[in-house]
Amino acid sequence: MSAFAGGDAAIDRKRSSAAAGHVGLALIALVLLGQLAGCGRAQLQPAGPISDAERKILLDSVVIMLAIVIPTIFATLGVAWWYRASNPRARRLPDFVYSGRVELIVWSIPTLVIIFLGGIAWISSHDLDPAQPLPSKAAPLDIQVVSLDWKWLFIYPRLGIASVNRLEVPAGVPLHLMVTSASVWNAFWVPQLGSMLYCMNGMSGTLYLEADRPGVYRGESAMISGDGFADMHFDTDAVTQEQFNAWVTSTRNAGPVLDDPAYRGLLRQSVPPHPYTYRSVRQGLFADIVMQRLPPGEGPRGAAPNVHPVGLK
Amino acid sequence: MTLLGKLTWQAIPLHEPLPLFSGAAVVIIMVAIVAWVVIKGYLPYLWREWITSVDHKRIGVMYCILAGVMLLRGFIDAIMMRTQQVMAYNAPGFLPPSHFAQVFSAHGTIMIFFVAMPFVIGLMNVIVPLQLGVRDVAFPTLNSVSFWLTAAGALLVNLSLVVGEFDRTGWLPYPPLSELAYSPGVGVDYYCWSLQISGVGTLMTGINFVTTILKLRAPGMHYTRMPMFCWTALASNLLIVAAFPVLTATLAMLLLDRYVGFHFFTDTGGGNSMMFMNLIWAWGHPEVYILVLPAFGIYSEVVSTFSSKPLFGYRSMIYATMAICIISFMVWLHHFFTMGAGADVNAIFGIASMIIAVPTGVKIFNWLFTMYGGSVRFTTPMLWSIGFIVTFAIGGLTGVLLAVPPADFQLHNSVFLVAHFHNVIIGAVIFGVFAGYVYWFPKAFGFTLDERLGKWAFWLWLIGFWVAWGPGYVVGLEGMTRRLQHYDVAEWHPWLVVAEGGVLIILLGIIAQIAQIVVSVRTREQRRDVTGDPWDGRNLEWATASPPPPFNFAVLPDVTDQEPYWDMKARAREIGQLTRPEPEYQPIHMPRNSPTGFVTAFLAVVSGFALIWHIWWLVVLGLAGAYATFVVFAWRDHDEELIPAEEVARLDRANRAVRSAALHHRQLRREVETQREPRQ
Repeated sequence: MSAFAGGDAAIDRKRSSAAAGHVGLALIALVLLGQLAGCGRAQLQPAGPISDAERKILLDSVVIMLAIVIPTIFATLGVAWWYRASNPRARRLPDFVYSGRVELIVWSIPTLVIIFLGGIAWISSHDLDPAQPLPSKAAPLDIQVVSLDWKWLFIYPRLGIASVNRLEVPAGVPLHLMVTSASVWNAFWVPQLGSMLYCMNGMSGTLYLEADRPGVYRGESAMISGDGFADMHFDTDAVTQEQFNAWVTSTRNAGPVLDDPAYRGLLRQSVPPHPYTYRSVRQGLFADIVMQRLPPGEGPRGAAPNVHPVGLK
Repeated sequence: MTLLGKLTWQAIPLHEPLPLFSGAAVVIIMVAIVAWVVIKGYLPYLWREWITSVDHKRIGVMYCILAGVMLLRGFIDAIMMRTQQVMAYNAPGFLPPSHFAQVFSAHGTIMIFFVAMPFVIGLMNVIVPLQLGVRDVAFPTLNSVSFWLTAAGALLVNLSLVVGEFDRTGWLPYPPLSELAYSPGVGVDYYCWSLQISGVGTLMTGINFVTTILKLRAPGMHYTRMPMFCWTALASNLLIVAAFPVLTATLAMLLLDRYVGFHFFTDTGGGNSMMFMNLIWAWGHPEVYILVLPAFGIYSEVVSTFSSKPLFGYRSMIYATMAICIISFMVWLHHFFTMGAGADVNAIFGIASMIIAVPTGVKIFNWLFTMYGGSVRFTTPMLWSIGFIVTFAIGGLTGVLLAVPPADFQLHNSVFLVAHFHNVIIGAVIFGVFAGYVYWFPKAFGFTLDERLGKWAFWLWLIGFWVAWGPGYVVGLEGMTRRLQHYDVAEWHPWLVVAEGGVLIILLGIIAQIAQIVVSVRTREQRRDVTGDPWDGRNLEWATASPPPPFNFAVLPDVTDQEPYWDMKARAREIGQLTRPEPEYQPIHMPRNSPTGFVTAFLAVVSGFALIWHIWWLVVLGLAGAYATFVVFAWRDHDEELIPAEEVARLDRANRAVRSAALHHRQLRREVETQREPRQ
């Protein structure tokens, strides 16, 4: 009898320490995530409403799942250790192979979690649909994004200017991005602003983003596109409206013109050594790219590797 | 048009020292092995007993050896990638972009198609007929053809190291990048033809095993008495039969685009590249479950055996397995939420993907309750299983996270995604096949593997995995995309250095596994499995000798229970002797060895190589040869070998004798124990 009582006490002690362990591990996980949020400079350090909302969903989902995953891990390790063959105090139940009650619980726990997360997925998919305009007093700024081999072209159709490998935007104004590709697939992604979207030839995708505050946010391609892929990154300069207006004025006053011959030059596979701008853009260029009235890039025109990394400091 | 098509001396990378030397090293090692085999006079033995063998156990072993060798090749690629990313912070590193792209494409292709697939199929080959209590698979010669076609695909992939180049578009060649305009080299062709050839082999395996499991089972083995590994093998092979034709058709369309100017996926001329993305994942997502379901089956066997308890919730596990099998076909779109399909479509596919977590969660809880109340022995296979549950719980978490579309918008194609699928493929599939390999090794070879080195390998792999891929999650959350040949972000660099350390720890794990084989082979006499049942097993594979005779069972066992062998042992202990008296032995017909598989595969390599290099006369020759081989096989009039009754009797009496001795030994021990009990 006393031996049994001792065993129970040991189990109780084990239980309470295991419970403390769960709380502890959850705290460690949260602290780690918090640390990441502090030191990283990407998805977990948002600079716009979309990335902010996506970060919240990401962290909420992780915490909800940790609530079931951490106890499961501890229970697995605990059960395996307690029922080790050499433990004389473990009560063996060699015939415990079915229990309706246990079955009900093991099917219900994941089902309930998934119903909960599924609800989050449904609502957030609709709230954060990339093609959905952002609520804002300011009128959105139209930007046409074209991925090329291996550079980014940003056309400001209403302003009649364009920029290569630098996205200049005013902070606090929604950005209406129309995304296409002039050759192979790429994915347009500025992690600190939010949602990535594929760039595909002959199609145009719609993406609304916004920068809350001025800053420089790294943008990149998230889809392998050939030898120059690693150099397909760009800075997103979010500036104040006044600075943006000044940039537009200075851009209009200098630099080359983006007409059809210049565009054909852009189509050739290359990695530009540094960003530059066009003072004017031929009307309807983007529509002609999307509708394939301008042919897509020709590729390497030969089997050999055709670019070596440039842009290395 | 020249005699050798596109093939010229330029295809040999004479100007690039790295591929040249590694290629040359591989060729020299292969030639040396062949020369050693020939000089030692092993060739007739190899030809007779292995190359032309149609015995499912031999074929299974050859599959596993292929997987092991290819694991080394794929792992060298992994070390190269990790090293490149350590060196390439604001620097070009040692691999130029064109070479780096071949390395990551080859790594993925090899690890999925020529490591995970053959390892899983190899274990199914060795074990499923034994667990079903039958003598072979439904179509033994077809089985040999399947294996050799898989090996042919692997050979072609590795040939690209020396002649020409490999695919540079990733392990799935997305158009338009993989179209002729953007990938004019032979890399994509190497990829496509290798997978077309091995894909045919895999499809035939699927047909073979579905037929075997549905039609060939020992008397009394109802569906609800089949071991869990057979259930998962059935689910996996049903998925193969349904999904692999999709892969074959998709690659055929890409090849038509590349060879004869079709426009299935070109985005110009009416083609649409999004179609490729949909089709390839209509195969690709089920593929994940083709790999992981048999691994779940292995864990079920291992956890039950080493907890000395039947599997908890057996029927629940069947429902869970079949639910995963079906739902896995309805979720492919979650691989491209960022294509811009719209909120309804994304949400529906996101939720469908999450639903898979329910049966998977049930499986984890059922393994937990199998251990509950059991008597757990921490052998190497059990360590792999517990390590799997812990690792996979996290991998599942990140998987469900990626199924939430707005979270995926920020994680897709980042290193976070790469960390997730390594988390589940290493943590579930690779840990699973390693558990199965250690667990069933004595059955295949007649001696156990060294436990001490096995445990070293487990801990090194487990720790190495987390050190390598924990940082992957971190840099993924810091916005690092996959497949970067160089980068200029300071925050990523330290994490990538840590990841390199993790890969080196895994390297030590692999070294421990190689040492384990060497040590175990050397000390095999001490570690003989004389009883055929080294782990106190529960299913029929343990009812026969280790290694089993060619016919597996002298008399097909009568199955009366869900755990037939455990049941037999229990009854034998009760009555104090073997349950069945010595039967009247009959001669047994076994299928005759056949070189069909090897010859067909050789001709497939020739045809594939000729197709890649546009050597049309050789294509015709190769295909005509393959057809002729098939005709010769179809016209055979002697396809069975008779094993005389005396031989069957001799082998079975030996098996019965050791089992009888073991029974008496146990009986004596039990008597001693019961006598001692009152004094306690």
